[in-house]
Amino acid sequence: MIEPLLSCKNAELTHNTQKGTPVVLSTRLRLARNLLGTAFPERASLAQRSDILSKCSDHLAGLKKMGKGNFFEISQLSDLEKQVLVERHLISRELCESKQGAGVYINKEQTCSVMINEEDHLRIQFLKSGFHLKNVWKQIDRFDSELENVLDIAFDSEFGYLTACPTNLGTGLRASVMMHLPGLVLSEQMERVIRAVNQLGITVRGLFGEGSDATGHVFQISNQQTLGEKESDIVDRLGNVLKTVIDHEVNARFKCLEDNRANLLDQIGRAYGVLRNAHVVNSTEAMNLLSLLRLAVDFEMLPESERADIDRFFIECQPGHIQHAASTGIEPDARDVCRATKLREELGSLPALDFDKLADLI
Amino acid sequence: MGENLKCSNCDKAATVHLTQIINNKIIKVDLCESCAQAKGVTDPEGFSLADLLNSSQMPRQEEDTSLKCPSCGLTTADFRRTGRLGCSTCFTVFASVLRPVLEDMHVGTCHKGKTPDLALSRQSATAQLNKLEKALEKAVEEEAYEDAAQYRDKIKSLKDETANYEYSQS
Repeated sequence: MIEPLLSCKNAELTHNTQKGTPVVLSTRLRLARNLLGTAFPERASLAQRSDILSKCSDHLAGLKKMGKGNFFEISQLSDLEKQVLVERHLISRELCESKQGAGVYINKEQTCSVMINEEDHLRIQFLKSGFHLKNVWKQIDRFDSELENVLDIAFDSEFGYLTACPTNLGTGLRASVMMHLPGLVLSEQMERVIRAVNQLGITVRGLFGEGSDATGHVFQISNQQTLGEKESDIVDRLGNVLKTVIDHEVNARFKCLEDNRANLLDQIGRAYGVLRNAHVVNSTEAMNLLSLLRLAVDFEMLPESERADIDRFFIECQPGHIQHAASTGIEPDARDVCRATKLREELGSLPALDFDKLADLI
Repeated sequence: MGENLKCSNCDKAATVHLTQIINNKIIKVDLCESCAQAKGVTDPEGFSLADLLNSSQMPRQEEDTSLKCPSCGLTTADFRRTGRLGCSTCFTVFASVLRPVLEDMHVGTCHKGKTPDLALSRQSATAQLNKLEKALEKAVEEEAYEDAAQYRDKIKSLKDETANYEYSQS
């Protein structure tokens, strides 16, 4: 059912990454909203949930942004299809486990997805590759207002937008930025950075949220508080903290080069060699090696044009994607072989690493 | 590391260790696999320790524990257990239980962001004002002047907004 999403040639996260800045992979904002007069999904009856699902999907279909989009009812998707959507950051794991009457609307470019009957009636998400907090806020704000024109949203002047969990109350806004931080990880500063931003009400998680580790040196950094601050202030505050994190990351990278040049270049060189020649690669190893290749692009040892492909592999090398691509069911061991084959084929035409470029950098 | 920590919820060995800083306080919690699952710690979106702690270890003050939402049937005990509210009416019913929870969780306790103007004008703006004015009265009575100031500002901005709205309509 999800083939149109996978075959889409201008999907935001997998095909639009050339605009990415060196440190930031993507920006994602989500708004939690509920409709007036019906219990929140957890306490609603199946009939109420189905009612909300059809009402919301009808209204969403009428919005311009959703033109040529796809609607999926979660109960109609296989476990594997759900996993693929999670890996593309289009749905949450919670939605996968939801009861009957849950669904998701995804627009053609996969920049916008609206989950229906997750923890709240509506979870609107906008994402864009690169660092674009203000721009994405403007887009999601406009979309949210359009939706408000046609739906009665539960709102209270004291508590703001009403949500099932008090942690989302007020603006219902979670702004999160996916950052690639190999410099901070390799120089063992990441823990200190996490502690510092935590004190500012900002949360750091791994690539796939809580519990996932720093595979591929990728972290999701987001605001924790949603009430008592205007949306623009939340976004500005997060943006300012992230600018500092970017500065630290860039400094850490150059410090690594200065102090440990041979070691860092050795790691990049080995990543290049393994990815182009290995025959068995698990997803963690793939992520960590691709991370070093992305770093090579940042150091101009590989042309900028390779960045988009590397970012695409970050997603396409996830277990669900590999399994889905291998039309028939395969064992995890076979998955590692398929992943290695894909990487060998796709990276076969990569130009040689240009180590001389580094001389100009420092 | 090395030491065998027990789950703070049951007595099994803890495998999930969480640390968060909320309002400059370091809060640590150790949980076993199943309690972590049950409390949604593995949920990638919107998890916070404040939420977890508030729903399980809130000091049970003189609050009315027999509250029940007439609309969805949620009770105070349900709210304490799950940390979730059941419907929009719950916010009126459990407002007094909710406010202290929000104080530790967020930057402020009163919404300052976007308002769904069109949706609200469809509903009644006066209902909102009445509610705020009551809250203001109560805050003054309880000498909670910081809260009172917030409510007053809110009332003022709401009145201004309604005036603007009416103006732009004419």
